[in-house]
Amino acid sequence: MKTTLAVLKKGQKAIITDFNVDAIPLKLLEMGCLPGNQVQLLQTAPMGDPIYINVNDSHVAIRKETAAEIDVIIITD
Amino acid sequence: MAGSSLKIALIGNPNTGKTSVFNLLTGLNQQVGNYPGITVERKVGSCRLPNGTKGTILDLPGTYSLNASSMDENVVIELLLNKNDKDYPDVAVVVTDVENLKRNLLLFTQIKDLEIPAILVINMADRMDKKGITVDIPYLESHLKTRIALISSRKGTGIDHLKELIVNYAALPTEPCLNASSIDPDYFNKLRQTFPNQLLYKLWLVITQDVNFGLIDLKELQGTAFTKTKSELKRLQQKETIKRYQFINDVLKTGQVIDHSKANDLRAKLDRVLTHRIFGYVIFFGILMLIFQSIFSWSEIPMNFIDESFAWLSAFTSQHMQPGKLTDLITQGIIPGIGGVVIFIPQIAFLFLFISVLEETGYMSRVVFLMDNVMKRFGLSGKSVVPLISGTACAIPAIMAARNIENWRERLITILVTPFTTCSARLPVYSILISLIIPNRYVLGIFNLQGLTLMLLYLLGFTGAILSAWILNKVLDIKHKSFFVAEMPNYKLPLLKNIGLTVLEKTKAFVYGAGKIILALSIIIWFLGSHGPGKKFSDAPAIVTAMPQSKTLTESQLNDAIAAYQLENSYIGIAGKGIEPVIRPLGYDWKIGIAIVSSFAAREVFVGTLATIYNIGSSAENEDEGTIRQRMAAEVNPVTGEKIFNFATGASLLLFYAFAMQCISTLAITKKETNSWKWPIIQLVGMSGFAYIVSFITYQLLK
Repeated sequence: MKTTLAVLKKGQKAIITDFNVDAIPLKLLEMGCLPGNQVQLLQTAPMGDPIYINVNDSHVAIRKETAAEIDVIIITD
Repeated sequence: MAGSSLKIALIGNPNTGKTSVFNLLTGLNQQVGNYPGITVERKVGSCRLPNGTKGTILDLPGTYSLNASSMDENVVIELLLNKNDKDYPDVAVVVTDVENLKRNLLLFTQIKDLEIPAILVINMADRMDKKGITVDIPYLESHLKTRIALISSRKGTGIDHLKELIVNYAALPTEPCLNASSIDPDYFNKLRQTFPNQLLYKLWLVITQDVNFGLIDLKELQGTAFTKTKSELKRLQQKETIKRYQFINDVLKTGQVIDHSKANDLRAKLDRVLTHRIFGYVIFFGILMLIFQSIFSWSEIPMNFIDESFAWLSAFTSQHMQPGKLTDLITQGIIPGIGGVVIFIPQIAFLFLFISVLEETGYMSRVVFLMDNVMKRFGLSGKSVVPLISGTACAIPAIMAARNIENWRERLITILVTPFTTCSARLPVYSILISLIIPNRYVLGIFNLQGLTLMLLYLLGFTGAILSAWILNKVLDIKHKSFFVAEMPNYKLPLLKNIGLTVLEKTKAFVYGAGKIILALSIIIWFLGSHGPGKKFSDAPAIVTAMPQSKTLTESQLNDAIAAYQLENSYIGIAGKGIEPVIRPLGYDWKIGIAIVSSFAAREVFVGTLATIYNIGSSAENEDEGTIRQRMAAEVNPVTGEKIFNFATGASLLLFYAFAMQCISTLAITKKETNSWKWPIIQLVGMSGFAYIVSFITYQLLK
């Protein structure tokens, strides 16, 4: 299912398909948040923001507004 | 020295155990300073290498890549791009964590592109079995074109091998491990033709970022065919990153095998509890509570011991030295002055101990994650938690820690409000005032009333910070795209050696830094307090003896009266009386006024100043009168006969110190970090004005 990283549920895995380069900090790309890589939602903070993800074996926290700029295809529930 | 010793630069991502490797290599032979002109910490150490070579090791700030996004990262790039820099390394040691090898190698491939001899350290080797990781060292060495040292900084293994590789650095291959310029061949070919003598990757770094780079002037490149829009450059940087990861993934496919079934999920379990929507907060506040309670109760024993030792030393010297100016200077100026610094070593050491444990274990990142949503509402970032918590040690490193905040607006607000948090320099003032006005009793059996008051003051500091952030967030007109990327490192048991070194180093910095100012001010204040203009000072004995009310006094009381009269008419007394009208509505007398004025250099001077003033004020017979605290408790208003440090004055003073901006070093650091005088001035006026108003209201209500 095609969607964005922001709507992933806890534990779901997805593959990154595309993103808006201008809205994503370079540091996130360097952590491995790149098209083709797998991403899993590990935790959400209280009130759903920020989210804690594992992408390309990097464990990072990002805000939902950034996650909404990243397109993904969900692969598991 | 430069000629005979090998220059080694330690480079690596944050959380790879780079500092542990540095500590293992250098032991206690390290010096911490600053890079000239900027406030980035510069750590240098020395070590003995095989066959008698000496190594000078520079621990560079942690960085994720050579694309700088902060001042700390700029330091790394500027050094590696400038062969003429005196620190330019003979060999680079790139530290990686075996569990995060993929991401850590990104920086390594960039370093290789600079054609610097580079050794790859794969750290945390002790965790490989547990995590089911195996690495093929010869394969990795041949494909990454380097030599590898497999190290466990926790167990201390592999360091000898690293030292051997360092000594034989001349044998290291220096060619890049991939061809990054293939992301846009036309562009890079043209670049190569125009600057045939420059390394292509260096040119690329100069084009993409704003670094001060001695060899090529960026202006030379501007306006030429090589300029691209920011967006175009970022797209190319993205391509470059993808290209590097493709290479790294290919190499690791054979070079590293991970048996995922072995990966234990301790991290996931801990995360579930520590970032839980309810337990997460409960645990966080529990930890904060534990810290503050322990700082107050655990430090009490060594602090009492130090306080009494200095009082004894002062009395002992005055009895055993020839009476005279020099003896007075030592017993009334220098000894109480130094005592005023030394006494806070226990509390400061405990504070730094807790903060470095929170950082080392990885817990601090979970707090960042938990708090971001709340902090965002006040115009701050989750990462503001780190400055706000480390601000409890000292605002200076705390303001520097705000560099990790990507968004300028959130970073500026964090810098401006961080000085509200209760720093260790306020502790001395709080401790002594609390012990004077709050009874040492237990409530509900376990809570020490004095400890609770201290905790309340810390909370007040945080509240002040949060509320002023909220106001700044409404007032400031700065538009900036909000980014938030926080790495969540794996949990680790803290290394005793690392924590010990941090505590030692920070405490030493406090004692020497603050100690110098306090000692100098103590001497000046002693001088100003024991000298005065005109006859009123020099003829004090005659004047006081001639007063009608002096007839009924005993000899010792008369001497006290003379000393007090002299102090009032000394230089410092005159200055203090001058400012008394301003501070009287807050409940302070001129002696407290002097202490407040001198604590604009540094807050902790307050106690030392009062100690010096009261020492001068007591006559020779009362030399063994006791500690600073006892002397302050005994101080009475000569007119009304009431205690000076009563509840109203004490509370008003506590609040004044809680909110006022009284630290020149903090103002200087704010100026450096914001690159403008506007913000430190706003801090000074805003905070001190607010403190005055609050103290005024408090005193008027309580008196």
